[in-house]
Amino acid sequence: MKKYILQSIRLTAVLLALLCVIYPLILAAAGRFSKGGGGGEKVVSKGKVVGYVQIGQSFTDPRYFWGRPSAVGYNAAGSGGSNKGPSNEDYLKLVADRIDTLQKYNPGLKKADIPADMVTASGSGLDPAISPQGAIIQIRRVASYRNVEESKVAELVAAHISGPLWGMFGPSTVSVLQLNLALDELSQTAANQHH
Amino acid sequence: MNTELLGVIATYLLTLVIAIPLGRYLAKVFAGEKVWTDFLKPLEAGIFKLSGINTKEEMNWKQAMKALLTINLVWLIYGFFVLIYQDKLPLNPDGNPGMSPDLSFNTIISFVVNCNLQHYSGESGVTYLTQHFVLMFLQFVSTATGIAASVIFFKAFRDRTTERLGNFWEFFVKSITRLLLPLSLLVGLILAFNGTPTSYEGKDQYISVQGDTVNVSRGPAAGFIAIKHLGTNGGGWFGANSTHPLENPNYLTGVVELVSQCIIPFALVITFGYFIRRRKLSWMIFGVMTIGMLLLLIPMLQSELGGNPALAKMGISQQTGAMEGKEVRFGPAISAYWSTMTTIISTGSVNNMHDSTMPMSGTWQLLGMMINSFFGGCGVGLLNYFVYLIIAVFISGLMVGRTPEFLGHKVEAREVKIAALIALLSPFLILAGTAVASYVFTTHGEAAWAVQPKSWLNNPGFHGFSEMLYEITSSNANNGSGFEGLADNNVFWNVSTGIVLMFGRFLPIIGPIAIAGLLGAKKYIPESAGTLKTDTLTFSLMTLAVIIVLNALSYFPALTLGPLAEYFTMLK
Repeated sequence: MKKYILQSIRLTAVLLALLCVIYPLILAAAGRFSKGGGGGEKVVSKGKVVGYVQIGQSFTDPRYFWGRPSAVGYNAAGSGGSNKGPSNEDYLKLVADRIDTLQKYNPGLKKADIPADMVTASGSGLDPAISPQGAIIQIRRVASYRNVEESKVAELVAAHISGPLWGMFGPSTVSVLQLNLALDELSQTAANQHH
Repeated sequence: MNTELLGVIATYLLTLVIAIPLGRYLAKVFAGEKVWTDFLKPLEAGIFKLSGINTKEEMNWKQAMKALLTINLVWLIYGFFVLIYQDKLPLNPDGNPGMSPDLSFNTIISFVVNCNLQHYSGESGVTYLTQHFVLMFLQFVSTATGIAASVIFFKAFRDRTTERLGNFWEFFVKSITRLLLPLSLLVGLILAFNGTPTSYEGKDQYISVQGDTVNVSRGPAAGFIAIKHLGTNGGGWFGANSTHPLENPNYLTGVVELVSQCIIPFALVITFGYFIRRRKLSWMIFGVMTIGMLLLLIPMLQSELGGNPALAKMGISQQTGAMEGKEVRFGPAISAYWSTMTTIISTGSVNNMHDSTMPMSGTWQLLGMMINSFFGGCGVGLLNYFVYLIIAVFISGLMVGRTPEFLGHKVEAREVKIAALIALLSPFLILAGTAVASYVFTTHGEAAWAVQPKSWLNNPGFHGFSEMLYEITSSNANNGSGFEGLADNNVFWNVSTGIVLMFGRFLPIIGPIAIAGLLGAKKYIPESAGTLKTDTLTFSLMTLAVIIVLNALSYFPALTLGPLAEYFTMLK
């Protein structure tokens, strides 16, 4: 028994060095060559960091495309879903309110055109993406708030749809942050042309 | 065919393509035959030398279990104190606090037993030091413990009659050097180059496009997430687990994480057959497990792709399926696949929130964990299956009037008693645990704990009951996923699930190994006309029937009170 105790302690010490020092340091060294240098890939706009590529952020201004509802208010120092069950009355009321808000800000929007992702919270609360349909239903609103032609905004949305992996696997998505940054650029160019 | 379902099929096929050769490779590794990774021998020799281990000393089943329990006890004590004092130790750039004793008790047991139930949140509850030196360390070694235990078990059936079952330490270390570490490096690199952080920098801050100040938790997560999946551990670096966009950045990483959590449980079934030179038996077991998997997967896909009927009534479009708690980049199809795999193989990592899945999905998730032997966790899944198999041998023997025997060894009263006790342990822990929790919730709602029992549940009615049932079931299965709405960081849940975790891990390892050790030491009886063959289709279906009947009898009432009641209420 005493033999096993000593062996256990010594083996634990050796493996701590291998698995908790050497292994993560190899990955950290390799990670420096990844896009974000190992600290997460940042998005820079006009010389300033405005976010992370992977992490969704809150958009509530009607001039921007909105992302999904978030149970944690897009707090990237915490994360989580609503954990609401499918039959929870309070939850269902919340969804109904979200549908109303969408219809209020997007006049003429039919309920049947609202995709589920726009009225449900994601698992992480940091979902960076919406479905293509989620973006399409917002085109008219965004265009009118920005005084830009609808067709221009529609083109922008189409250009920001990422198809399935290798064209075959998984859903199509739209990155809300990337789309909105492109939108700001579009408005900027439009404004410059007016001057 | 739609791209989401195509993704599911491709992921499954990729799993098979990797797992089958991996199983053969592992059989060779553990049999000491030549393999291409033999260049690692000097590393292993160094580890054994530094640890004072002589791998030539063979152990019987009792010695192997003593070694296993001793080292697990060392980890429990070591980790318990490091977690409590983590705030005073280095590598804590975010200034996170130490754990309370009850939370540390729960966390350390949970990681030692390969469960990774997390009553803390990765962003605020642990430090980089404890993430690596306690949690990630245990993700490696608890997996290796399970695999080494299964090899000890295999050894009992490799030779005709034997008491010597090899050296536990050798199997344990080889599981790390020949399997877990190389694969983790590979998966960690894939994650790193897809956006998962690897550097030790603390939180970052930026001003968002709309002008909000946002803090971002980060840290050296890629290596952790790799072994979290490969070892069917499941504990997340971040609170939101693999729904988190840094933990699981895109569809490709989703596939990689899914494949990596399934390959070892799949492979070990194949390993069993090669190792004991009875490949037909292991293919039969593989077949039963696959049927079991499909029986849970297909209805789960159906219920998630169908969307939430309550939202359908509101008139919105759920073209791809239910989306609450799910990420757009994964979609409902592969999320449902993930939910099935993570519950049957006891990983417990999630790419969508189970609390928000449809009621029938909850039923399938719970059943996956209750049965816990359709592939199951690394090494231990097969041990769980073996318990059902022994019961099937016994019942079949009675039915056809033949002496129950398995692989040339008579199965007698002692072995059947052990199997029966282990088979009864799960229903006892799950049902008694949930009953106690329900009792405290209803009669001691005002108890002065960190969270008052009356405020435990995040959802009313039947779904609230499911939250408690799920928590205990997940603990017993050493799964680690949760209906996360449950307020579980308080003394009741920390202690009760801690105890369930411990029993749910060690007894189902010791029991089957004791049976194997006892059988292996018995005289070998050559096969004759009177032998009950265990590698036939009939016997495999018999085992499946035993699994279904035992679990249905044990759990149907509890499931009826929770997810099934919710399902039927929603039909109204």
